[in-house]
Amino acid sequence: MKFRTTIGLEIHVQLKTKSKMFCRCDNESDKAKPNTNVCPRCLGMPGTLPVANRQAIEWTIKTGLALNCKINEKSKFDRKHYFYPDLPKGYQISQYDEPLCRGGKVDLRSSIFGPRSVRINRVHLEEDAGKLIHKDGSSYVDLNRAGTPLMEIVTEPDINTPFEAKKFLQELQLIVRYLGVSEASMEKGHLRCDANIDVKDDKGRMSEIVEQKNINSFRFIERALLYEEKRLQEKYLDWPKGKTKVTRGYDSKKDSTYEQREKEEASDYRYFPEPDVPEIEVKSEKLAPSKPEGLKVKSNGIDIEKIKAEIGELPEDIRKKLESFGVAEDIREKIASAPDHARYISDAKKVSQSLASWITNEVTAEIAAQKIRYEDYKNNVPITHLSDLLALVESGKISKNSAKGIFKEMVKSGKRAVEIIKESGLEQMEEDSGLEEIICEIFKKNPKEHQRLVDGDEKLIGFFMGEVMKETGGRANPGAIRSIILDIKQKKKG
Amino acid sequence: MADQNSKLYQLTLKKASEKLKSGEISSLDLTKAVFERIETVEPKVGAFITLTKELALKQAKESDKRRVAEKTLSEIDGIPIAVKDLFCTKDVRTTAASKILDDFIPTFESTATQKLWDAGAVLIGKTNCDQFAMGSSTETSAYKETKNPWDLKRVPGGSSGGSAAAVSADMCMAALGTDTGGSIRQPASLCSIVGLKPTYGRVSRYGVIAMASSLDCIGPMTKTVEDAAILLNILAGEDESDGTTLPIAVPDYQKSLDGNIKGLKIGIPKEFFGEGMDPEVDKIVREGISKLKNLGANIVEVSLPTVKYALAVYYVIMPAEVASNLARYDGVRYGHSKAKSEKRKAKSLEELYIDSRTEGFGDEAKRRIMLGNYVLSSGYYDAYYKKAQQVRTLVKRDFEEAFRKVDILATPVSPTAAFKFGEKSGSPLEMYLSDIHTVPINPAGVPAISVPAGFTSNNLPVGMQLIAPQMGEEKLLNVANQFEKIAGITNIKPEL
Repeated sequence: MKFRTTIGLEIHVQLKTKSKMFCRCDNESDKAKPNTNVCPRCLGMPGTLPVANRQAIEWTIKTGLALNCKINEKSKFDRKHYFYPDLPKGYQISQYDEPLCRGGKVDLRSSIFGPRSVRINRVHLEEDAGKLIHKDGSSYVDLNRAGTPLMEIVTEPDINTPFEAKKFLQELQLIVRYLGVSEASMEKGHLRCDANIDVKDDKGRMSEIVEQKNINSFRFIERALLYEEKRLQEKYLDWPKGKTKVTRGYDSKKDSTYEQREKEEASDYRYFPEPDVPEIEVKSEKLAPSKPEGLKVKSNGIDIEKIKAEIGELPEDIRKKLESFGVAEDIREKIASAPDHARYISDAKKVSQSLASWITNEVTAEIAAQKIRYEDYKNNVPITHLSDLLALVESGKISKNSAKGIFKEMVKSGKRAVEIIKESGLEQMEEDSGLEEIICEIFKKNPKEHQRLVDGDEKLIGFFMGEVMKETGGRANPGAIRSIILDIKQKKKG
Repeated sequence: MADQNSKLYQLTLKKASEKLKSGEISSLDLTKAVFERIETVEPKVGAFITLTKELALKQAKESDKRRVAEKTLSEIDGIPIAVKDLFCTKDVRTTAASKILDDFIPTFESTATQKLWDAGAVLIGKTNCDQFAMGSSTETSAYKETKNPWDLKRVPGGSSGGSAAAVSADMCMAALGTDTGGSIRQPASLCSIVGLKPTYGRVSRYGVIAMASSLDCIGPMTKTVEDAAILLNILAGEDESDGTTLPIAVPDYQKSLDGNIKGLKIGIPKEFFGEGMDPEVDKIVREGISKLKNLGANIVEVSLPTVKYALAVYYVIMPAEVASNLARYDGVRYGHSKAKSEKRKAKSLEELYIDSRTEGFGDEAKRRIMLGNYVLSSGYYDAYYKKAQQVRTLVKRDFEEAFRKVDILATPVSPTAAFKFGEKSGSPLEMYLSDIHTVPINPAGVPAISVPAGFTSNNLPVGMQLIAPQMGEEKLLNVANQFEKIAGITNIKPEL
């Protein structure tokens, strides 16, 4: 029996705007005590009104554009009704039939499944609910999170393996991080994923559609779907006749899924257009610059051209660019998956393999070692300065080893490599600058090792090179040392 | 002096303001006079849910200090004003006349009332109204009956019945009301005062307990048209807290009052003079229109053919929004809650919701919640809500069309004068029909005003409704003011 798996994802991304979606409360509640980051609006007090956050709308459109979506010229918010203690107004302000963005796609590349395109059904904007905390047999409501802007991204059922699902989610995380619209941390709940999976056989029969809710790590999404795929294949004889849908939870400890109790009645959210928030108009002509936060949308429309101009390079652009420069795949991926690195190289005319690997190794290490922010690093060492440093190594002016020391100093002081070299006399010694004498001296000090070298033990070349480096404080050109050592050795023999 | 003071409460806002300015009286004199009047007549009328005497006297003293220091804030500095109990007032209990908000003390101020306090006004108290502003007689209030000062056996109209009665009985210089389908204009008509419903979006709704968001309007209820203009000057304008307010500059409405209306085209929509009209009311309104003609206005008959559907449209859209807006009263965060009840605590979440809401809401609120949820249910949405919105567009267009031909429309406010308690409260449909002339204005979003026009043979007040195009308040107030002058009944007061 041949099976075919179909997976579609619904992803919630918490936007990192300064204020909440419909009020001016701080959008960052991670460290706040329960119910301290709230105001009459997000508490749903009588008579309060929502005022849409322009930044959140612009960022959702920005994301939609990055996902190749069509942006609706007119869009609106709707009320979605249900009763729950963490939902202060008795409805969530969401978008029902006129989302901000529709119909996009994300291209994935992988050595495992090849090129794959996942279509995006829609991207819309809504407010988050609060949280319930269950403790000591009681339930407590924390409304700090209530009103946080959430972007919902819905894919078409274009994903065929759990691994692809994970890859897609990782790529999406990367894209929103590139765009700077979300921290997109799964652990912190900034990125949440629901997955729909079904399995079909080659006779056109189909399993039930299983919805898996709120999976909170990349590993779990793949594992939960793998488990479910297998479970659906195995119970193939029990597949229902018609189209049915069930909700299952994933137990990461047992690595299995379990059936979640369904609500007895079909949910009816009684959607209708939110009368308190004016329609959103998206214009393509240039508009006067807008204040970023807390402004009413209707007073001037959203300027799509301005948003487009802010998008910049996306992960796939970076990969392609590095590929064109001949950078190896593992390094390409390392840079593309770090938005900071990606933004760093965006100013470079050319990125060589050595520059790319310097970035993934030395830059990362030095930022960690000096405990600085990437921004500070970038200010001190623009990419052009780093390119200059590596050019000095390539031309043989300095050794790779001393380049590391110079780089450390560049990060600290913001000086350019040439300045540091001049100041500390780190320029590489050439053959004619007494290197031969130093080597002869070292041979004399180590007669036994010298004899073994003369007898043909090539391993000792490394030993002597190390000694010379010590003696010269790393300024000697390794190529030169090697050739002098071999030269003297030959002479001795001869 | 004492004799003079005892009549201070009868002053119009404008007159009182002039006397304050000239130094003839102080705000404390005025405020005390108003409270003396309240002590005498409030037991008969019952216009207030909460009186804020202490606060009022404090505000009055502060106003007087400002005046001495020549730091008077505005024309209404020191003027005692009553506010419908639908406006959230910081630290002052706000009930919406419902038991579900019996113990609700807001931590914030509505934009409209904030503007009043910023202008130096004095808060007299919070007036009674229909529960959540749902009703046309103030009878759905969970607290008390408000009597019509002209006949204590009759209703003051509603939902802003308390505000209308308070102004009419001289228990304040002016009041604030809200109007979703006539709740300012109809009680104004029934109590012989001026009631203005501005253009939707002209005055911020922030902090005013919502009934139907796309229809709710905030407006002044005053003794004269001039007073309404003064208050609108203060209330109107774009508000960052209300995304539906219009970003249009506010003119000085007082300056528009004395324009010549000669040659102005006043339209008489025939649909507003149909069946169900009390003949006396019909006569008074027609006489009023003749008076406008005498001032030189051209009277033109017009037709608004889809207006006959407006009541149906209203009773689909309004309950839908009501059901949604009232969902927040769940007993979880504030208001009546079975989670707090010592005697019989809710045992489950569902019980908390059901019991809190069942006990907290009155019948009319429940009726509209059920209607609203029904019309929004999946499978019914297209047939009711969506269709109603489509027809609403047609109603709007009808008004636009009419205003291409005429400057102002003149109609009755209510088909009858004030009715007796219990006369209509047993039949919701009959109560709904009493708003047939005021309701169509709200879906259209245009401004309208009720101005006293005369009295029936039973000495019951009858108002005339004037309607203007969107943002046409200046023209509206001008015509209203000219009419008020020629009608000459502003000074006729109820005997209490």
